[in-house]
Amino acid sequence: MKWHVLRPLWVAIGLVAAILVARLFLVPDDFGIHGRNFTYGFYRLSNVQEWKDFPVKYQGRETCVECHEENVQSLNNSPHAAVECENCHGPGVNHPDVVELLPIDTTRELCLRCHASLGYPHSAREQAPQISNRMHKRRRECSECHNPHKPQGDET
Amino acid sequence: MSCSRRDFLKEAMGGTLASVMPLSAFVLLSPEEAKAAIDGSKVRWAFLVDTQKCTGCGLCVKACKTENEIPYDAPVTRTWVERYVITKDGETHIDSPLGGRDGYIDDKIRDEEIDPKNIDKAFFVPKLCNQCDNPPCVQVCPVGATYQTNDGVVLIDRNWCIGCGYCIMACPYGVRFFHPEQKVADKCNFCYHRITKGMQPACVECCSFGARRLANLEDPDDPVTKIITTERVAVLKDEYGTKPHVFYLGLDFNVR
Repeated sequence: MKWHVLRPLWVAIGLVAAILVARLFLVPDDFGIHGRNFTYGFYRLSNVQEWKDFPVKYQGRETCVECHEENVQSLNNSPHAAVECENCHGPGVNHPDVVELLPIDTTRELCLRCHASLGYPHSAREQAPQISNRMHKRRRECSECHNPHKPQGDET
Repeated sequence: MSCSRRDFLKEAMGGTLASVMPLSAFVLLSPEEAKAAIDGSKVRWAFLVDTQKCTGCGLCVKACKTENEIPYDAPVTRTWVERYVITKDGETHIDSPLGGRDGYIDDKIRDEEIDPKNIDKAFFVPKLCNQCDNPPCVQVCPVGATYQTNDGVVLIDRNWCIGCGYCIMACPYGVRFFHPEQKVADKCNFCYHRITKGMQPACVECCSFGARRLANLEDPDDPVTKIITTERVAVLKDEYGTKPHVFYLGLDFNVR
């Protein structure tokens, strides 16, 4: 082959070799086909574990009951039994070690999420007791009169 | 040294066979690995949404954003709740302010007052990633940063994603978005960190009405799997051939 053809050929081969060497160092060892095929399963395997290690924030009622048995009992016997503790009290992560007191959401807007009447026929919304946001005790906090743990009794 | 033609051919044949045999053919599998290779995965996560039970409280959206560290006030969310109001004149009014994060406490839709007497039907539809069996978002990823795990969940490798946005364009359900803090594509993964620990996804746990439920399709005794297999369920955008795995009970034809 003539010299002027060979010279750029060496440059091209060198480039390809450089890319291959760089790839060897940059691509993690566990990168490859781990799923069912190349199209859907070509990935870095350790990433699955990284997602599994993502911190859990919402602990669930089973964790709350370990210390707050009385409160959970009163909630379980009320029409609010289906409402998760953490919906109002916030996620229990790091409680009580770091976050000593969970911030309780006592705003009217929280109650209205389920109890504001929208006037929709056949909507599941109507199962819960409904109020008209504009008519019923405007700008007052619901918890001033209603106990969220005993919404039907012991009203002050 | 003498070498007959017969011996030469024999040796050459053996040598050729040995040289084409890949080294990987000699890997010894442990009994667990061999069993896993034959059985495959015993988990296939799916989701059941009962639109008849959803009240539009939006607590699932709030829980999801908190659990998965999605910026609370940014207009992006992994799951959202849509409100559909169909009036007697045949109009469909749809809205989802901030993905329904603060619930639906006002009957105005996009600042429009609708007389309850004119409403034919009104309902709420929670939406989330469909964890498709043929995920188009995975097909288009140029770097292999998004993939389907063996239990059917589509995950995103945050260290590998270059943020090109192809997957956000490819998803026909619009569930993918650009994470404003991580600077990568993001989407619902059924709370993979929770379901792999035996917990429920945050949205399922926080739903007071049982509108959202998680299922393992590989487990025939799973009560939610029984509902999916025996009752009349629908999926979104079946015509795209993505084989979505979020099933809906009571889905209205107006839902897109």
